[in-house]
Amino acid sequence: MSAVTLFFISSGIFLGWSLGANHAVNVFGTAVMSKMVRYRVAAVVAGIFVVLGAVFGGAGTTRTINQLGAVNAMAGSFTVSLAVGIAVAWMTKLKLPVSTSQAIVGGVIGWNLFTGSPTDGEAIMKILGTWVTSPLLAAAFAFVLFKAIEWLVKRARVHMLEVDAYTRTGLLVVGALASYTLGANNIANVMGLFVSATPFNDIAVGSVLTFTGTQQLFLIGGVAIAVGIFTYGQHVMVTVGSDLYRITPLSGFVVVLAESIVLFLFSSVWLEGLLRSMHLPTLPLVPLSSTQAVIGAVVGVGLAKHGRGINLQVLGKIAAGWVIAPIAAFLMAFVMLFFVQNVFEQPVIADSQYNVTASVLKAVATEGVNIDEVKPLVGKNFSSATQLRNTLEGLDRFSKAEVSVFLRLAKIDSLVVDSVGTASVAGDQALAPAQVRALKRMHGKVFLHPCDMEFAFSAAVIRTDSSSSTLWESLSPEQRIALTDAFRVRSSIVPKM
Amino acid sequence: MALLFKKTHLVESQIDEYLDLIVQGGIVFKEGVRFYLEGRMEEFEERLAILRDMENNADTLRRTIESQLYLRTLIPESRGDVLGLLESADRVLNIITDTLLEFSVEIPVIPANVRRPFQDLIEFSINCSDHTVGGIRAYFRNLEAVRDHINKVQLYRRETNRMAENIKRTIFRSRMTLSKKIHVRYFSYHIERIAEQSDDVCDRLAIAVIKKYE
Repeated sequence: MSAVTLFFISSGIFLGWSLGANHAVNVFGTAVMSKMVRYRVAAVVAGIFVVLGAVFGGAGTTRTINQLGAVNAMAGSFTVSLAVGIAVAWMTKLKLPVSTSQAIVGGVIGWNLFTGSPTDGEAIMKILGTWVTSPLLAAAFAFVLFKAIEWLVKRARVHMLEVDAYTRTGLLVVGALASYTLGANNIANVMGLFVSATPFNDIAVGSVLTFTGTQQLFLIGGVAIAVGIFTYGQHVMVTVGSDLYRITPLSGFVVVLAESIVLFLFSSVWLEGLLRSMHLPTLPLVPLSSTQAVIGAVVGVGLAKHGRGINLQVLGKIAAGWVIAPIAAFLMAFVMLFFVQNVFEQPVIADSQYNVTASVLKAVATEGVNIDEVKPLVGKNFSSATQLRNTLEGLDRFSKAEVSVFLRLAKIDSLVVDSVGTASVAGDQALAPAQVRALKRMHGKVFLHPCDMEFAFSAAVIRTDSSSSTLWESLSPEQRIALTDAFRVRSSIVPKM
Repeated sequence: MALLFKKTHLVESQIDEYLDLIVQGGIVFKEGVRFYLEGRMEEFEERLAILRDMENNADTLRRTIESQLYLRTLIPESRGDVLGLLESADRVLNIITDTLLEFSVEIPVIPANVRRPFQDLIEFSINCSDHTVGGIRAYFRNLEAVRDHINKVQLYRRETNRMAENIKRTIFRSRMTLSKKIHVRYFSYHIERIAEQSDDVCDRLAIAVIKKYE
């Protein structure tokens, strides 16, 4: 790895440190503030489990961040991460409980706007939706859990000292669980931007285990978060935590448990696969704000205690932080990108070419855009997003959202079907033998656009004992994204047009 | 799990043992005063010695519990209340012991007509301390039951005030010398203090319960 690469990744490491410093309070704040768990013990447990979560559970949410905006140049990733890291560190200094997840969204949108890249409306709605649902869900979980535990303690007439011992153990266990889910869910914020440009190669450990480049990247991010927890977490716990989390240890246990359940629900690829296999609706895998989940849970416990302990003033301050964080990161990213590109002359976006083909138009039409006016553009190449945008806007027929659809679908993205080892590509959701056979039949096929691959997969019929469907239909959204990532060819071997 | 909570169970049993000592102290006190009033001085002195041992044991046990709670940062949110309760309950046992000791040192002359009221006063005062201990035990396991104990303590305390007043009225209307009258009044006041101190413990207990419900 070159010094330049390391320098660029350093902003992700800084962001990881900020996240660790700021979010340790969400995981062990109550336990440490109530003196139930010593800070040193909490930091060690949190550090270990954050790293484990980041390395082994971090893949799911990263895809959503990349879907929102694929920051594809190292200097761009560096600048966005640095902007978000500064925004988070600055707000931590101002004692505002800030959400890294929200800040990163602001940063990526800043990059999209600066580079003229389209912002995926679906991804942004998915993320915004969870900003509302996650605190509500955490509040509901906390309410039910608190009532259940309160009933149990009263009914069982457990000695206060035993309740204390159980709570202490429980706080450590849920703290570890919350740390794991924090690592799994939030590593996307720290290192997600560098995934498309990871400088690491896969390392095979024996013949069974492969330590992928992304996992190595996540390990670095996880360690950065752990260092943040160790070096600055206690300070934030004392400043931010004492206002927010002055609740009893038992309530604290419920809060952290509810938080980790919610974070788990929104980051578990395994759970998504399980729900899908049972034909149940799935939850989107989105990097959530653990701060939001904690606040939701605190309100839930407050409601379970008939409204006692809810400090509306503090809640108002937190809500303001939720709005300020993404805006601050957005503005900072935008301004910093300008300087990096124009003063330091670093490319913040990789050169992308666009090509309008018949299949692209077909895909555009399936998204409800009228394509009659653009048929003459078929076969034309565009050397940048700006060129294609100017051409389309010159036609004066399309809204900004429709232009974004063109930009997303017409971008040249070389994909080569490689059926070797595809069965394990989708991680927890391994492909079925029939799907692998269908891929083998398409081995070596090259596609210029992801929509070309979609159409080819849609034409490939697979038959199982009970039913028959197309290959595309048989794949889950996660599997589709995983296969697209796996088949993507790096720019050096993009086939000539 | 049993190994994990070994220390917790140890502190738990120490607290129970400490509270048992207060209850046992009350019983020994009642017996001691009865022997004194019946003139069985040897047995009285024996009870006094037992009670003094009990008080010493209770003090040692209380200090052990306090250091355990602090060193192992147990029940951090209720530790202050628990220590306050244990310390003020200790004062009940101290008053009980001191009062019996004063019988031994000052040898008060209790007229025959107030011996029965004196024993009733002792009975009700010790009932106060017993229910105080019951309330503290309930505080650890069953918060809802604390209220019943507090109500009983308040009722018994009012009764002891009334009884002590009757004893004093009877004494000061008798033909005894003023010094003896004042001496008997002094003893009735000391026995009444057992109930007063128990009531103070219950005031703390009531606040501790409110804090637990917050």
